[in-house]
Amino acid sequence: MIEKALHGGKGYWAWIIFLAAGIGIGLFAYLYQLKEGLWLTGMSRNVSWGFYISQFTFLVGVAASVLIVVLPLYLHDFKAFAPITALAQFLTVGTLIMSLLFIFSDVGMPMRILNVPLNPTPGSMLFYDTLFLPGFMLLNLVIGWTAVGAEKRHTTLPPWVKFLIYVSLPWAVIMHTVTAFIYAGTPGRGFWMTAIMAPRFLTTAFAAGCAILIILSLVLRSLARFDAGEKAIRKLTTIMFYTLIINAFFLAVEYFTAFYSHVPAYSETFRYLFFGIDGNTAFVPWFWVMNLAILGAIALLAFPAVRNNHLRLSEACIVALVGLWIDKGFLLVPAAFIPNVFGRVMEYPPSWVELTVSFGIYCLGMLMITALYKVTMAIKGETLYPDK
Amino acid sequence: MTISRRKFLKTVSASCLAVTAHSAVGHGFELPGRMSPGPQELKARRWGMVVDMRRCDGRCTEDCIGVCHEIHNVPYIPKAEHQVMWLFQEPYENTFPDRSHELISKHLKNRIFLLLCNHCDDPPCVRACPTQATFKRENDGIVMIDYHRCIGCRFCMAACPYGSRSFNFRDPRPYIKTIHPEFPTRRKGVVEKCNFCQERLEVGKMPACVETCKKGALVFGDLEDPSSEIRRILAETPHVRRKPQLGTRPSVFYIF
Amino acid sequence: MMHGKRWVIAGMILFAALAAFPFYWYSMGEDKPFPKLEMPEKASACVEKTPFMRANHMRLLDAWRVSVVRDNLFVYTAVSGKTFEMNLHKTCLGCHTSTEKFCDRCHAYNDVTPPCWECHVATGVSGEGDAS
Repeated sequence: MIEKALHGGKGYWAWIIFLAAGIGIGLFAYLYQLKEGLWLTGMSRNVSWGFYISQFTFLVGVAASVLIVVLPLYLHDFKAFAPITALAQFLTVGTLIMSLLFIFSDVGMPMRILNVPLNPTPGSMLFYDTLFLPGFMLLNLVIGWTAVGAEKRHTTLPPWVKFLIYVSLPWAVIMHTVTAFIYAGTPGRGFWMTAIMAPRFLTTAFAAGCAILIILSLVLRSLARFDAGEKAIRKLTTIMFYTLIINAFFLAVEYFTAFYSHVPAYSETFRYLFFGIDGNTAFVPWFWVMNLAILGAIALLAFPAVRNNHLRLSEACIVALVGLWIDKGFLLVPAAFIPNVFGRVMEYPPSWVELTVSFGIYCLGMLMITALYKVTMAIKGETLYPDK
Repeated sequence: MTISRRKFLKTVSASCLAVTAHSAVGHGFELPGRMSPGPQELKARRWGMVVDMRRCDGRCTEDCIGVCHEIHNVPYIPKAEHQVMWLFQEPYENTFPDRSHELISKHLKNRIFLLLCNHCDDPPCVRACPTQATFKRENDGIVMIDYHRCIGCRFCMAACPYGSRSFNFRDPRPYIKTIHPEFPTRRKGVVEKCNFCQERLEVGKMPACVETCKKGALVFGDLEDPSSEIRRILAETPHVRRKPQLGTRPSVFYIF
Repeated sequence: MMHGKRWVIAGMILFAALAAFPFYWYSMGEDKPFPKLEMPEKASACVEKTPFMRANHMRLLDAWRVSVVRDNLFVYTAVSGKTFEMNLHKTCLGCHTSTEKFCDRCHAYNDVTPPCWECHVATGVSGEGDAS
């Protein structure tokens, strides 16, 4: 089936070449960082985690969101999700490859990364994540590939795949909860040490996953004549709408707890994000855009005129993604270090090296997703239009 | 010969696995000799330190910080963002940000305090480390770093509530004025911090900062030995620790 | 019937050529003589017997590291009954005073570059300033 990814039109190859060039540029930047050290990034003794770990966090969320398609389909017999299941699973594979690469780019001694599985540490949340991520990636690759293969041969899924699917359901939840626990378990960072971190992680993950799946389905409609089905798109929209609302509620609850309690340990970082501290306002515009984007997306999606029109819907998804990405993929990680444990505000600007390496990793993930989607679309095209 | 691609791949993968599997099994290696503690070693169940701010005026801190950083090959990096510090100084407002306010007494305001790793009894950095490169030593309570195992993920730095840890953002060697060969340097990509001079304790010496302090402001001893000097001081003098509400049970105490 | 027979066979030949590269490349060069290692003047015997040390010095150092760093035991009583401090610099480099003339020679001959000197301080290296 993989040969299907090797045949395509001019547009397809132009995209592949663009992605390959992006990967090359990112690789050069990474080798430069490997040689020189992480001083090339914007991280510091004060803000010791930044853009790379943020991307890892955001992408693990998107990866976990495969649950929203697989759970209704297999547990509640919601057949409308059948056409997009493989898309969700391959999206997970791509995002998990990116997440692992972001961790790899962030650590100071990447050649020692095998020390993690070689020295199992059940008490460490980061240890669990390095186990869960490759496992989940493999799981979804096997499930998705087998499903597409079964579709090609017009057979049903073999029972062992069904078993793996049931395993993947709690795995997705546990994987992303453990990611949240990396942050929620740190005693010195009041911004992170909140019980609502894990619930917020799950809601933002599902919202982002829905938004990305909707956009991808609509893109594939014009690129590959792929019809996800109105019912599937409507259901994804509904799930996105309510997870955005729940996330907004969780954010409101966070803001209340921080500001009403007046406890500096919980409120200082929020004060920095909302208004800045002592003139240090680097994150303030980002934070306001994030909140307005989440609320704006909810407002847009409240209108049937937006929900039922594919163009308006994809615009609303983009607005939601802007808010969701700024939240988890930009602010969440560095903001906890500001103010630092000494009470000082030391800000964090990502450097060009960081952004270039990240761009390269995104290109690599998208290449993976493109190849897997090409195979999926080709198989679906064959089964739907066997004469062409 | 017709063979499906799937069968071919399955056969090749299984063969590779069979050929390489033996290397995954560990070869049990036992050193023929015996390990034992040193004869002069200073022993304790839980090492702790008192920083007596009645005697430290923060004016000669380049002595204690200087000797610590010198014998441990700690680099001096001018850029504040990439500094590596084992022992360092901060004003009162930044040492105890949770108990600082506008009306603190004039003898505390702007006082320079000495900070180091607190070698907590319940260290969050140890819980965080995914490889156990940082761990709490059972027999003497020192929170150690195994620089061979550290992968530089900096989770410990995020977990430490006291800012005691530094990451080597760049190669430290060019920034070390005089390299002392008896103690290794570190390399770029690992996290480091105060080690309570464990290599000196091994041979019967007190930590360098404690020995160097002319004012006798640093007291070092076994917190679990009721007859030790440090226990006497703690029993007789009011003292505080940094951020005790976090439950880390630091082993460094401040008297002021 | 094999699809793309031409490409498969070409690929297999290329793979065989690449996989065998280390063998025929290095066999084309001259035989390097076994390096002359500068032996220490201070002592006639190492921690353990020479064949053991040659085969296992890295495993010994790893075990020493675990013992010192994790178990806080730093005296090693060898098979011979002699005691040594488990310290690379004091014990090993105390006798092998020049890492360049001892350690590096064998390593270079075997074309390995262990990263010891990235952190541990190499001694007796020509061109380096006084490191005391």
